[in-house]
Formats: sequence, C-alpha cells, structure tokens
Amino acid sequence: MAVMGKAREAGLPLMKLVKLRGMPILQQLHLEERLLRTSSDNWCLINDGTSSPTIVMGLSGKLSELVEVKPVLQDHIPIIRRFTGGGTVVVDQNTIFVTMICNKDAVSNVQPFPRSIMSWSGLLYNDVFEGLADFHLRENDYVFGDRKFGGNAQSITKNRWIHHTSFLWDYDVKNMSYLKLPAKAPQYRLTRSHLDFVCRMKEYLTRSEFIERTIKAIGGQFSVKSISSESIDVPSVSEYVHTTRLLTNQEIQEACCTIQT
Amino acid sequence: MACRQLWASRAASYLRISVFHRGFSNVVKDLKYADSHEWVKVDGNSATVGITDHAQDHLGDVVYVELPEVGAAVTQGASFGAVESVKATSDINSPVSGKVVEVNEELHSSPALVNSSPYENGWIIKVEMSDNGELNNLMDPEKYSKFCEEEDSKH
Repeated sequence: MAVMGKAREAGLPLMKLVKLRGMPILQQLHLEERLLRTSSDNWCLINDGTSSPTIVMGLSGKLSELVEVKPVLQDHIPIIRRFTGGGTVVVDQNTIFVTMICNKDAVSNVQPFPRSIMSWSGLLYNDVFEGLADFHLRENDYVFGDRKFGGNAQSITKNRWIHHTSFLWDYDVKNMSYLKLPAKAPQYRLTRSHLDFVCRMKEYLTRSEFIERTIKAIGGQFSVKSISSESIDVPSVSEYVHTTRLLTNQEIQEACCTIQT
Repeated sequence: MACRQLWASRAASYLRISVFHRGFSNVVKDLKYADSHEWVKVDGNSATVGITDHAQDHLGDVVYVELPEVGAAVTQGASFGAVESVKATSDINSPVSGKVVEVNEELHSSPALVNSSPYENGWIIKVEMSDNGELNNLMDPEKYSKFCEEEDSKH
C-alpha cells in the first residue's frame, strides 16, 4: 500500500507549500504576484493571520463606493489595491489566507477561466469541510448555509492562474464597519447587513484543523512539498514592478472629497 | 425549418460569421487568431485587436478593462492589459508586436461591449505592426474553431 501510495504520488504534479504566520498582507500579495508572474512552479501559501487591520480592494474597486473613507482616514487604516479581481475585504490577525498558484497544465481538467477555476476550488473545499459544516460555493463565495465565511479572487495569465481566499476565522465588528454595502452584491445576500451576511469559521473548527484539512485536500491532487519562506527563489521585491500597491493618503482624501461634491 | 436555416446561413455568409449548430462560439472570417483567444484584423501595417467570442463567453460578464497607454510597445504573445470578470483579472495577450496607436476609450464606461460585440465595438487596441511575418504564427478561422472545440471537449 505504501509503495502504491508513493507511485501514485509520483504521478501528481508537485506543489510547494509555504506556511506563514502574521505576514503583512501587502508583503503576502507582493509575493503572490511575483510567484504568479516569474515562477514556473505550483504553490500553496497559507498565511495564518496578518499583522494589522487592512482594507484590500480588487483591481477595479472604486474607493468612494466601497469604503467608509472618513473613519478609515481617522483611524489610519491602510488600503491596498490588489492585482486580482473581486470585492473589498478588511483583514486582520483573525483572517486566514489560502492561496493556490497553478500552471494550467497541472490542473488539466480545469480550463483557465474564472468559473472553471472557481468550481474546482469549490470541490477542493468541499473535501476540507466534509462532515463538519454545510459548506457550499455560492455565487463565488464560500458559505456555511447562507452565510459567507470566505471571499475569493483570481488572476489568470496565459499559462498560470492564482486563486486566493481570505477566510473569516473571526472578525472585529468595528473593522467591518469600515466597509460599505457594495452596489453589486450576490443575490443570495438579499438585503442583509454585513453582520447578518457573514459568519465566523471558529464556530466550526480550530485553526490548525482547518489548515491541516486544507493541506490534506490539496495532497489529493498534488504532491505537496513544504518549503520555508526563506528558500523561495523568485526576484526580490526591488526587482519587480508590482500592480498591487498601498493607496496614498492623498488618494484616500480625494475619494473623501468625491463623496462630498 | 429549412427556410430558416437557409436564411441564417445566408445572413451568416453576408456578415462573414460562422455559426455552429451546437451553439459554439462565433468565429469571424478574415481575422487571425491566437491560442490565448485574441483576434487580429490586419489592414496593411495596422492591426486591430480584441478577444474572441469564445473568450468572452468563458470569461463571463466583463466589468472592467485595463488598457495600455497609447505609444506602449506590445510583443506577440505577451500581456498588454487585462479584463476583469467574475472576481478574476485575466490577461489580454497581444497577437502581434508593435506600438499601440489607439485604445478603445468606450471600454472605460462600457466594458460589457467586450461581451456584446467582441469583434466590432468591443475592439480593444489598434497597433502599428513591426513585423507582418508574425501573422504566420497565428491561426486561421477554421483552425481556431477546431482549437476551441478541442479545448472545450477536453474539459
């Protein structure tokens, strides 16, 4: 059985696993962008909590429509525009991030288009939560029942793609209040306020259990090899021009003025 | 039914559109196609570029198009911009090398043109080509249609 297991594993594409804890989200996103664009390996990054509350918008997000700008300015909350699509989240030490970066040929039964990749991820997380919770992929969100606990986004290049998720292990109600109700919300949200729409993962399983189950599920499709963050071999931050960036105070203030006029 | 099919076939021929019975993506004659699902219409040294019906159908509703600057260099096979749909940003790769001479500003306010009119009003950039010979690396409509069928049947 062990021999068969090894043989089977030999047929699976390699995925390098990097486990992080408390990495600042800007640093994580910069690393992800470099891995997507300059590496030819498959990667799974798991960041167990980020260092401090930060708002992260998708590539095309309009600040004045998505964020309560005045309290954000008052409380000095950083805002990042990331390189992937999707909506706006507020992340902190109680957010768990799971990112998968794949060569399209490594997951050959999945077409490199958003809905195919999203479906594939839904099946993967189905395995993660099996027997624990009423998990679904619902209109591109991960839900327990009809409450969202994970938000997804992707970026797709010619031969590779990234699918990353921010999981609400727990959340601070105050942080949620920095986000506006988006104009474009999923249908299943109905008219629910943010707090009635989301739920906390900690009510279902421990942090370590979630991470272990995720790694096990990935191991069903990839040969997973753990590596340290220090041994990641891609161009350094200074050598690469990132799309992901921190918004300046001026940009945030201008958004404030846009609302007032 | 026969009359309707004959009419459809004649209309398709007039519009230079190939329509497949199984509702496959439309492919326009007289264009060249890249395997990353962009099309190019060549007129002398000038090229108009967009994404194909296959691409827009698989991408879903486009909500944003990131356009290059006029004057930017583009290289065959390399990314020059992106579209956003269904929480994903997807690279748009240039089928030709050269210099961007015009971008479709309409896409700022109406990104959905890429879905509704991928070969006409949803064009993305115009390029002054640097090497017409590169067109030999692209697919003709029949080859591209077959390519799309094979891709869809594999998944």
